[in-house]
Amino acid sequence: MCSLALFPPPLPSGQTTLCESNNELLSGTSTEDRPKQESSPLSLYFPRESLKLHSRTESSSKAAFLDHSETLWMRSAAAWRDGGLTGLLTEITNSHTEVPKWLSVSSGCTLALLRWISSFHGSLFPHLTLSSEDMIAEFSQVLNWSDCVVRAFSWHPHTDKFAVALLDDSIKIYNPKSATTPTLKHRLQRSVAAVQWKPLCASALAVACQNCLLVWHVDPCSLSTRPSSGCAQVLSHPGHSPVTSIAWSPSGSLLVSASPVDTAVMVWDVAAESCVPLQRLGGGGVTFLSWSPDGSHVLASTPSTLFRVWETRMWTCERWPCVKGRCQSGCWSPDGSRLLFTVQGETVIYALTFTDAQVLKQSFEVFVLYLSASGDELIMLDLSASVGGEIQSLSWDPRGERLAVLLKGDPQAVDRPAIIAVFKTRTNPIFELLPCGFVQGEPGAEPRLMQFHPNFQHGALLTVCWSTGRITHVPFYFLSTGVPHFGLSGSPLLPRLQERPSAFANQSLFTELIS
Amino acid sequence: RAAASIAWAVLLLPPITAVFIILSRFSFLHPIHTISVIPTIACSKIALLGQLLHPRQFVSSVVHCIMGIIVAWCCAITIGGRYETLGYPCIQSDGSPQMCLNEYQLILLLAGAFVGFSHSLLGVIHNMNYVSFHTVQQYKYLRFKGSLPLVVKCSAIQALYSIRNYIVVYFFLGYIPRAWICKTLNLHLTSSAHPLDSIAGLLDLSLFYHLWISATFLLFTWYITLLLFRIFVTEVYSFPVQSSFTEDAHQCLPKVLLTDKQPMILKFLALQDLALLSQHSPSRRCEVFSLSQPGGHPHNWNAISGECLSLLADLTQRLVAYHDTVATNGRAKSLSTGSERKTSSETSGIPVSPLTAPFTPDLDSPFASPALRRLTAPVEQCSPWHGTVQSPHIMRRAPKLWSTSTGERRLMEDRSLRSNKHCRIQFELNRAVKNFLAKRVLIMYLFNKLPEASSQALFADSQAHIWALEGLSYLVQASFSEDHFGVVQTALPSILSCMLVLQEAVDRHFKLPHASSKPVRSTSSIGDSTYKTLRFALRATLKTAIYRITTTFGDHLNAVQMSAEHRKRLQQFLEYKE
Repeated sequence: MCSLALFPPPLPSGQTTLCESNNELLSGTSTEDRPKQESSPLSLYFPRESLKLHSRTESSSKAAFLDHSETLWMRSAAAWRDGGLTGLLTEITNSHTEVPKWLSVSSGCTLALLRWISSFHGSLFPHLTLSSEDMIAEFSQVLNWSDCVVRAFSWHPHTDKFAVALLDDSIKIYNPKSATTPTLKHRLQRSVAAVQWKPLCASALAVACQNCLLVWHVDPCSLSTRPSSGCAQVLSHPGHSPVTSIAWSPSGSLLVSASPVDTAVMVWDVAAESCVPLQRLGGGGVTFLSWSPDGSHVLASTPSTLFRVWETRMWTCERWPCVKGRCQSGCWSPDGSRLLFTVQGETVIYALTFTDAQVLKQSFEVFVLYLSASGDELIMLDLSASVGGEIQSLSWDPRGERLAVLLKGDPQAVDRPAIIAVFKTRTNPIFELLPCGFVQGEPGAEPRLMQFHPNFQHGALLTVCWSTGRITHVPFYFLSTGVPHFGLSGSPLLPRLQERPSAFANQSLFTELIS
Repeated sequence: RAAASIAWAVLLLPPITAVFIILSRFSFLHPIHTISVIPTIACSKIALLGQLLHPRQFVSSVVHCIMGIIVAWCCAITIGGRYETLGYPCIQSDGSPQMCLNEYQLILLLAGAFVGFSHSLLGVIHNMNYVSFHTVQQYKYLRFKGSLPLVVKCSAIQALYSIRNYIVVYFFLGYIPRAWICKTLNLHLTSSAHPLDSIAGLLDLSLFYHLWISATFLLFTWYITLLLFRIFVTEVYSFPVQSSFTEDAHQCLPKVLLTDKQPMILKFLALQDLALLSQHSPSRRCEVFSLSQPGGHPHNWNAISGECLSLLADLTQRLVAYHDTVATNGRAKSLSTGSERKTSSETSGIPVSPLTAPFTPDLDSPFASPALRRLTAPVEQCSPWHGTVQSPHIMRRAPKLWSTSTGERRLMEDRSLRSNKHCRIQFELNRAVKNFLAKRVLIMYLFNKLPEASSQALFADSQAHIWALEGLSYLVQASFSEDHFGVVQTALPSILSCMLVLQEAVDRHFKLPHASSKPVRSTSSIGDSTYKTLRFALRATLKTAIYRITTTFGDHLNAVQMSAEHRKRLQQFLEYKE
């Protein structure tokens, strides 16, 4: 077990993390690093005021118009179109003066029955009673999604460009090699929960929206700043909205999508616009998907205390029940042999080990990464704040050497902000974890979303989107263990660890036991 | 007399034997013959009509009708009550007992026949005998379970539509079969019960419900059969890559891929297996990369890569030929039917192609223009108008065809026409006939080409090409670390150039009108419409395949021999700009 207590203490207020070099996280004050940040073309700042937010809701426009009397048929047709069966029944029940008595009574009874069934269903799966915006906020990997300026972020898997989804439902694509930054807008592109670039392709970007999936084809050579909505493919399936998570297969051939309302995982053949639903009962929906980098497995978590690991050759799955809460986040090691995941309500990271198509079930819960369960193990930050809490998301760099953990903090307590803790990891020959440090931004900025660059040459590059609307990149310079050099065990110890004898004695924080 | 009878018997023996042989060869219900992995796409309304009126289709319709009647009879027996028998004893007005016609059973039986007939017609229109392969592999039971709700939904909806149509037909024409049945079976019509082909008779909800239930049951059994057949046929079959016994050699993957005599489905299964093995199983990939024991030749790899490359080259050739036809004539020549339409742009006597406009005129190379070549070969001068079949074969060697400037060609062709009067007369005659035909609206309607159908027909068997591309690219990717003998390296230049040429041809094809328009997605039909989007799937797979090779090899590709044009194109891929 390894605790946050063994970490080097967080930075004092006003200091921001700049990079890791020589096994040490370097920091600077926010005033001195400002020019450096501004000069970097990929560091962006989206002030909340600059975004034009629209208050567009479907139902609000209805009240603005004068009521005028239509025939019952017209109103029924409109109710059927707008509200489906429930709307129709409500309309008939409400206009009891015009319809025969038996019709209004029977529709009232049917409506009551439907409501009773749906409330029963809702009591089984409480998340179904949420509105779709709340549902996305609940299950998104982004911390506090509904209040976030940057709602989704994705690096291109092969080049240095990335896509940013903003609060105003637009997506911007930044490429340091080109002067144009295309802005993608679409009528159906609302409440973007996730974006992801297609691997082995230069142009395709999948977007998870409130009502559908969009796949944009943005020509990298085009000079247009506003690609038309004809460049987007719309993929939708009845009952499959809102989409909260998407994942491309690493081979670029398939796209999977998940909705907390739909119990099926959709596997899309994007070019043919056809989908295969992989239906499994239980769980009440699918919230988060993660495809292993070797393409052999897909993690699919559900809103209840259950998650599944799909095998992608014949698409069979294994059920993994959790004890306490739902699986909140997960990430795969680069070779696809290890799955790290976190459970809501627990401050623990679990690991699952997969050998050749065979899951070592006994290794479940073998190692636990302990992150300050209750208040007694909190570290004091700057004498007034402390660190710890539930885990919002996990991210592992593509070389498998750094693991970033986004901690939720405590929104009620002022002195416990959200923070990113970074671990050094090693997967071969045995799994090892060492503390690296905390990544902090400027004062008042909370991390909301993070992602590692898929192919950073000099180590790992962590991109963090902050609550202020700023996007920064924190490089971790190190030599990969694949290259012959002195390994982690021979590397110089962290100076801050040396200051504390207790931590020094326990320098190898976690080592997997090979049974 | 005895001798004569024997002689006649002997004389009649050969024709009877012939009839027997013909009948025994005639296996019209053999599923492999009726089901195909390559859809037949009708490029115009007349072709569709031809398919519908084909004798085989007629036989199939009759068989479906009979089966429909049988199932409807079973339904009638099962439902019982008023549907149970066709005749019942009744007493006429004059008091004499006789058998009367029970119209309720008749209407049910005829509904069965009608649903069977419409099912067989819709089968042709929706290409129901086409079997598509799924991109997602699943076990048979799970796939069946997953498709079951769709089958139930489809059969219920289709039955509803069929019954609606049937009721309309019966309302107008119902008296004909009723009278015929009465006459042949010597049944009588009761005067007391009002006939069912009236509004009052057909507004019977319970009758409608029974008709619909029976039709749903009938369609459901057929759809289930179809579904099970599709699932079993498209199941992955694992061919051995190589066998140590010579008698099993014909079952090995390279052999199955190479032979064209087998049914197409076998080749498709082999290609599917190739795509899967290249992706998932390192041990079988190792067999592909292995050398033959005496001699040390990479026979497996040579056979597999050779067949894949020839498939891709074939598609490239087809695309280039099609594009040439379109570019020279301003109209597409359909592959399956020879219907030609006179376009308005031809009134000047010279085919001015509107499609050459998007392509940049290349004035620097006028000698590459086909018009000049045509001048030197006067025999082919009439070809652009009535000999479009042969023109692609001639033009195939002229890749710069579309880059010719339109105005220049018009001038040259004018000159060539004047020099050859014979051709001119023939052409005028042709034009007159076409003008005459074009004025008839029905003929115009029938012969008008369906948009994007020719594009669909071009890519009808592209599932094979998709697998070939996937198989090749995955094998090449794996060869980076697994190919110990350098077997793949020798073929790398040809693979890359083949893919790049195909990429160019596909890109050019998608610039044609209707080629990039998306078909309407139909969800509530059991007929498989995957063939409509195969060209998009091929384009995506092709790009992914090239990217797979370029990302794996990276800058090592600079050491591969290839032409400057291809290198430029490949550089685009290396920089992720495609």
